[in-house]
Amino acid sequence: MDTKDRFDLPQGTLDLLIMRVVALGPIHGYAIAQRIQQMSREALQVQQGSLYPALHRLEYKKLLAAKWKPSETGREAKFYELTARGRAQLKTETENWKRLTDVVGLILTETLEGLS
Amino acid sequence: MSWLQRLFARKQMDIDLDKELRFHFETQVADKIRSGISESEARRLTRLEFGGIEQVKEDCRESRGTLWLGVLAQDVRFGARLLLKNPGFTAVAVMTLALGIGGNTAIFSIVNGVLLNPLPFPHPDQLVTVHESKPNFDKGAISYPNFLDWRRSNRSFSAMALGRSWSFSMTGRGDAEQVSANFISSGYFSVLGVHPLLGREFNPDEDQPGRAPVAMIGEGLWRRKFNAASEVLGQTIMLDGKYFSIVGVIPASLHLNIPGFRDQDVYAPIPQWGNSILMNRGAGLGFHGIASLKPGVTIAQARADMDQVTRNLSLAYPDSDQGVGASLVPLKDQVVGDSRKFLLVLLAAVGFVLLIACVNVASLLMARSAARAREFAVRSALGASRGRVVRQLLTESLLLGMAGGALGLIPTIWGTQAALKSLPAAVPRAAEIGVDWRVLAFTMAVSLAASVLFGLAPAWKMSRTDANDSLKSGGRGTGGPHARVLGALVVAEVAIAVVLLTGAALMIRSLVRLWNVDPGFNPHNVLTFNISTPPAMASASLDATRAMYRDLSARFAATTGVKALSQSWGALPMGGEDDQLFWIDGQPKPANDHDMGWVLDYIVDPDYLRVMKIPLLRGRFLTEQDNEHAPLVTVVDEVFARKYFPGQDPIGKRIHLVYNSGRTAEIVGMVAHVKQWSLDSDDKESLRAEYYLPCMQVSDDFLAGIRSGTGFALRYEGPLAGILESLRAANKNMSGEQVLYGEQTMDSILSDSMATRRFAMILLGSFAALALLLACVGIYGVMAYLVLQRTQEVGIRMALGAKRRDVLILVFRRGAWLALIGAATGTASAIGLTRLMRELLFEVSPTDPATLTTVAGLLVLAALTACLVPARRAASIEPMQALRME
Repeated sequence: MDTKDRFDLPQGTLDLLIMRVVALGPIHGYAIAQRIQQMSREALQVQQGSLYPALHRLEYKKLLAAKWKPSETGREAKFYELTARGRAQLKTETENWKRLTDVVGLILTETLEGLS
Repeated sequence: MSWLQRLFARKQMDIDLDKELRFHFETQVADKIRSGISESEARRLTRLEFGGIEQVKEDCRESRGTLWLGVLAQDVRFGARLLLKNPGFTAVAVMTLALGIGGNTAIFSIVNGVLLNPLPFPHPDQLVTVHESKPNFDKGAISYPNFLDWRRSNRSFSAMALGRSWSFSMTGRGDAEQVSANFISSGYFSVLGVHPLLGREFNPDEDQPGRAPVAMIGEGLWRRKFNAASEVLGQTIMLDGKYFSIVGVIPASLHLNIPGFRDQDVYAPIPQWGNSILMNRGAGLGFHGIASLKPGVTIAQARADMDQVTRNLSLAYPDSDQGVGASLVPLKDQVVGDSRKFLLVLLAAVGFVLLIACVNVASLLMARSAARAREFAVRSALGASRGRVVRQLLTESLLLGMAGGALGLIPTIWGTQAALKSLPAAVPRAAEIGVDWRVLAFTMAVSLAASVLFGLAPAWKMSRTDANDSLKSGGRGTGGPHARVLGALVVAEVAIAVVLLTGAALMIRSLVRLWNVDPGFNPHNVLTFNISTPPAMASASLDATRAMYRDLSARFAATTGVKALSQSWGALPMGGEDDQLFWIDGQPKPANDHDMGWVLDYIVDPDYLRVMKIPLLRGRFLTEQDNEHAPLVTVVDEVFARKYFPGQDPIGKRIHLVYNSGRTAEIVGMVAHVKQWSLDSDDKESLRAEYYLPCMQVSDDFLAGIRSGTGFALRYEGPLAGILESLRAANKNMSGEQVLYGEQTMDSILSDSMATRRFAMILLGSFAALALLLACVGIYGVMAYLVLQRTQEVGIRMALGAKRRDVLILVFRRGAWLALIGAATGTASAIGLTRLMRELLFEVSPTDPATLTTVAGLLVLAALTACLVPARRAASIEPMQALRME
């Protein structure tokens, strides 16, 4: 895998991505990592070292709920899903993110124009 | 999940976390194998990708951790590290607090055990003790017929019972021994709500005379003599030569000591006493009652009810019941007695000690925080909020306070118990004093409150310090305002120490006065003891009884070391009370007992005056010739003479002895008054007149009643242990069934009568000494700090020509000024506060000027001594060095 294509996530972004993925339905940690990797076209590879603390933090904040269920392979796995609170949080955070990227994009574009 | 639950659920969580990560790991390995990599290679790669699994776990734990707990832990860790870096400061502060908090724990555990804890009975608030009141005598003994009528006629009590303590000689089970006993009516234990461990208590039928003797025994005796066997019921014990069959066992957990009852070895129904005047309505005979109020009935209603009952009785029996009433005292008041006031005074005193300790630690912290001003300035410049700084400082205080509380706890608990053991007479309910959740909660609360108290001033001061000023002043602190606060702390310390020392000094003066009170006899080298005669004596003839006692006296008197010996069949000064009625010959016999003369009676042998060293004032004392064949004679004391024969010579006058069938006795002598009641209260008692009767002239009834045993008093020389040994040996020689018991020196009886005051004096004295010490240390600390702060100023002064003497005076003047303000404030407070301990004092005014000035002077002197070292240090400052300190 080419590491040059990967980059660090700004703080707080991982939580948002996890919530987005979990919003699709109950899912365990390994699948979340896989899904983020796929959806980012391999640009993002989430390390266990940041994934699991983030999952536990979200669970502690009651944005996610977890249940032990048999996975596709039959082994017991911890499945996460969004709570009502998580759903609301995801909505506002997504809107915030969009506004932020719009504004940041606007400024960066202008600056680029000014530079050229 | 609360953070607490989470702490406990941690284990489960770790297991889950492990399982979750393992699942991830295995799935990843499986995926790799599916893509064609060998299993061992897949595992190796995955492990590489995973990184440190323990680190992942730790991060997970932290991410759900309890945030404020984390910050607190950080504060605590930092604070602890800081305190450990200053072991000297920490040790002084913690020790100071341990002394202060420990003292409070100790006194509070006593207050808790005596005053706060409810009495250990199911319905303690419904229990009252019952006494018979006569004019001038509030809580007298109840006559048995009166009790029976009271129990029958009242409408306020669900039950009423009566008791009287006694002492049996128990024979037939090992060595003969004396057992403490109580005669009680039926229902005594059910009034209290105490259930027998085994068997039953007495039933109403057993209140009737002529029933077969039954007894209950205490758990102690049951274990000692019956090996705790359950088949004890129905077995017999021989008491005073009579077989009693055991019907019940009373648990050892019962602790009660009230008039007419204490937890004893043996309990027997009242008629088994066999006293011939039991049914005499005028005879109190030491009975006191207990009763439980019906639910909803107040004590005032019960008093009104009993007033009605006793009024009816005085109409029906004017001879004996004229002016007789019932007095009811809530059981708790009866048990706690006068100790409430004295315990509260002690609690206040020890609170003051803690206050001084707090002031001390506060000034230490102030001095230190001044030195740390720069540290905190840097912190706040780096972005620490004011709240964060205050919290850090308070956390440090809290650590100190908690450490002090914990350190003080064990020695004080141990010390309290040791102190109570050495002075058991000092407080009631001593057996119930211990550590319970309330004492621990109190210690915790006091530690917390103290921490806030001494931590707040420095923290508040620090948080108000301007970071810029501190940084600019180069870390030398902010001299001015600190100095003012520290000065105020010194004033407070001196003031509190003055209050405590005044209290202690007043207590000590009271005790000295009390020790110097002449009891009217010489208590030194006087021993009292009791003899219980062999059971066979119970049926001896009167002549045989007299012969036996003459023989006993002669044999004990012949023991080496005994200088004089007398039997004591009546009252004993500060030991036992006994009273009689009489009327003066030539006057008409009063119609009822209430109008009779009332007198303390001492029934003794001719040598009694030599035993007690009581001065003979007129006439002669009793002699061997005043025996059963001679005319009755008596010797009276000066109070008797003044009261009944004012302005006349009592010698040759005659009186009728009511309890000796009205026979007349001639007064042949007059002796000095003896303080029967106690050193401090004798003058206030209504019953003070005394007379002495010869043992050999008592009435036949009386003599029959003491065949089973009696008391002795003797004067000895040489060591007490030797005397006791030869007395016991002599006793054993006379009969194996004869018991010698209750040995007590008159000195110990006397000092027991002052036990409460001595306990208060010892404690107040130690608190005051502690306060003085702490105050001196505090003053020294503050002055030393201030001198250090002013080193530069002193250097400049000296550079400008000030002499060393001037510097010395400068420091002393400051110290003296603070001490004087403190002493003045303290004296003013003491005048207000010592009033509260008036009842503990004896012939000393709470505002005794001599005490107040001495204490204030002592404190100023101590404060100046504490200034000595700092002042000399200031005077030895080298100007050049001081200026170079910059």
